[in-house]
Amino acid sequence: MGAVVGTLTMQTKQRRPSRDNADDELEMTTVCHRPEGLEQLEAQTNFTKQELQILYRGFKNECPSGVVNEETFKHIYAQFFPHGDASMYAHYLFNAFDTTNNGSIKFKDFVMGLSILLRGTLREKLEWTFHLYDINRDGYINREEMTEIVRAIYDMMGKYTYPALKGDVPQQHVDAFFQKMDKNKDGVVTLEEFILACQEDENMMRSMQLFENVM
Amino acid sequence: MAAGVATWLPFARAAAVGWLPLAKKTMPKPPVDNTSRSDEILYVNVSGVRFQTWKNTLDRYPDTLLGSSEKEFFFNEDTQEYFFDRDPEMFRHILNFYRTGKLHYPRHECIQAFDEELAFYGIVPEIIGDCCMEEYRDRKKENQERLAEDTEANESTDAPLPPHSTPRERLWRAFENPHTSTMALVFYYVTGFFIAVSVIANVVETVPCRPPKGKVKDLPCGEKYDLAFFCMDTACVLIFTFEYLMRLFAAPSRCKFMRSVMSVIDVVAIMPYYIGLVMPENEDVSGAFVTLRVFRVFRIFKFSRHSQGLRILGYTLKSCASELGFLLFSLTMAIIIFATVMFYAEKGTASSTFTSIPASFWYTIVTMTTLGYGDMVPSTIAGKIFGSICSLSGVLVIALPVPVIVSNFSRIYHQNQRADKMRAQQRFRQAGWLRLANLTNESYFLDFTENCSVFQDRDSDSTALCVKNRSAFEHQHHHLLHCLEKTTNHEFTDEMNYSELCMTESVGFRTSRSTSLSSQQGAQNNSTGCCPRRVRRRAAMRLANSTVSVSRGSVQELDTLQFKTTTIPHQTRSSLNAQPDNLKLNCGEQDFTAAIISIPTPPANTPDESLPPSPAPIPGILRNTQATAYTHESFKISSL
Repeated sequence: MGAVVGTLTMQTKQRRPSRDNADDELEMTTVCHRPEGLEQLEAQTNFTKQELQILYRGFKNECPSGVVNEETFKHIYAQFFPHGDASMYAHYLFNAFDTTNNGSIKFKDFVMGLSILLRGTLREKLEWTFHLYDINRDGYINREEMTEIVRAIYDMMGKYTYPALKGDVPQQHVDAFFQKMDKNKDGVVTLEEFILACQEDENMMRSMQLFENVM
Repeated sequence: MAAGVATWLPFARAAAVGWLPLAKKTMPKPPVDNTSRSDEILYVNVSGVRFQTWKNTLDRYPDTLLGSSEKEFFFNEDTQEYFFDRDPEMFRHILNFYRTGKLHYPRHECIQAFDEELAFYGIVPEIIGDCCMEEYRDRKKENQERLAEDTEANESTDAPLPPHSTPRERLWRAFENPHTSTMALVFYYVTGFFIAVSVIANVVETVPCRPPKGKVKDLPCGEKYDLAFFCMDTACVLIFTFEYLMRLFAAPSRCKFMRSVMSVIDVVAIMPYYIGLVMPENEDVSGAFVTLRVFRVFRIFKFSRHSQGLRILGYTLKSCASELGFLLFSLTMAIIIFATVMFYAEKGTASSTFTSIPASFWYTIVTMTTLGYGDMVPSTIAGKIFGSICSLSGVLVIALPVPVIVSNFSRIYHQNQRADKMRAQQRFRQAGWLRLANLTNESYFLDFTENCSVFQDRDSDSTALCVKNRSAFEHQHHHLLHCLEKTTNHEFTDEMNYSELCMTESVGFRTSRSTSLSSQQGAQNNSTGCCPRRVRRRAAMRLANSTVSVSRGSVQELDTLQFKTTTIPHQTRSSLNAQPDNLKLNCGEQDFTAAIISIPTPPANTPDESLPPSPAPIPGILRNTQATAYTHESFKISSL
């Protein structure tokens, strides 16, 4: 009798679709998400239809369920940086792409993020970068957030670097960054300060254009 | 997931925008990608079955036939499709590999056919997915064993004699393969006859014959017809000795022959006679002499040269040694346990036959093998209970290893049948045209593959092939890593150099130069698991590449991803099929090191001779002078 009840309850549990962050793998694969129509996406992003098609085909091939969760994302990103630990940076990157904050990246998030990075205006790119650095989304980048980001980036380098990574290098990097960006020296960087400081940096502006033909 | 890494690369590169505000140095220029962005559908016609796929799908693995420009050789202009005259069923699996990144082995297909298809399409079998890898390996091993056995069988028997063979070799062949000459066959049958005669004589001489006149008691025939049996025995032993000596003379390796089982049997068969001749007619010793006569029965084992079945039985027992050992061991354990139990159970009764534990061993063995002679019977109730448990468990213990032995015997027996069938078939083939057809096919295939590998080794053409094939993904990935280096103002290096540099950082420029040289050598040594020629070509390619990206304001630096491979035994075209696949496999299983090779600018200094005289030196020198601004590089500059 107990076994019958047990099996019945198990079956009903599986049929209920849930979308909270504590999804386990099984439920994730049964959930299938489809993006909006092609025309709508074309209108919202700066990609052409054909580019969207190519992007979606690759995306769908990788994630047949239509969504990428954080673990998969970290795994993918780690394959590009095999020497170090890319998980922290992938985590921040994931949060930057996941604009709806529901723990998964759908194709729409993916393609909108790419659209900004590759085809957006300079200001849009800088805004995106600012949101990447601003971990808690309070509109300010403080030292702790910056240190986290820089440490995550240095983690990707791995252990064996030349010159060898001494303990304090990330901190120095953060100090240099704040010195450049924080105009009014109040210990935090606002969006406007950030954009202003970046526009003054010639090298950075030039580098921004390098990534345009990635797609 | 493997193919998808390439899909996500643009995303990873786009995300590198996030590093830009932090970058300490300017980013390097991205590699120029001339391939057209638009995707097209390709038509592939395999023996009439049309397949269609995106061009991008096939381009994922540039080291295979379909991913490289090699498929252009199969392009049919009239129908605007690629035509392959191969098996369409197999092609389905090949194409699925491109689509999903996983190669599956279809269980119903022949392993050799599958291997041939893989070789044709340039896919290395090592990338078969885990789901199918075990099955593939098992079948491949089975097939290889079978081939080895067949070749062994073919070589050892019935091969025509080499033209100039000594009499000794001919004699040995006559002994080993009696079918070859009439003399050998006659000798074979004669020895067989004498073995039979000898064995029968041994048996008959113990049969009681009618007593001679005057005596009452029955005599064994051996004593009645003493002389006759002695003559017969002598004749047999003479023949056996002659045979043994001839074999010993003819054997190519006498030590090996003397240690072989058959020769030991021969010796054991004839020794008793000679020992009996030598020994005096002494009462004390004749007891031992009688025991020796027992060994004459081993002559029956000489029949195993004549009978294949006997040899198979012997071989089976040898190959089942572990099962037999297990059987023996478990039986011994059970015997000891039950004997002890029975002894103590029957201890109390008077006139019990279970006088000691070793005496109970006999009861236990007889009971467990369900013989039940009845000479020892338990009388107490406890004894009877344990006795019944003993007989039941005996059945189980003996029944367990028996199927294994039986299946082994059956396998070996069938293999032997197959060997005989193969021999018969070959004789038929030798008669005519089939053999010719087979030979030409094989040689054609061998030629083709050989030409392919030669083609790979030639420098000029395949360099272009290599460079172009690996360029897109690899270039972009390296550019990404380079951007990371620029962001953090540190460079990737490998473990060896790291430890060296830690030790020698304080020393100065001389050691740094040697480390840079040794790092290059080390890099080359590391990559011997990979294709060593490819590393050099890669270096050449990188040099060529570096001339393009002059905006790199640093000393010539070359990135190389290197693989310390431990598992992959052989590389056909390249170490693995494609870079994306590389990354996927390598992250899980192998060590991954990225090394910086700093080549001192004048190519004459490099230990690598095969570098083409590229235009690298001049920009290199320029770059070196630019690099004086970077303090951490300065000691490298002064080495020049």
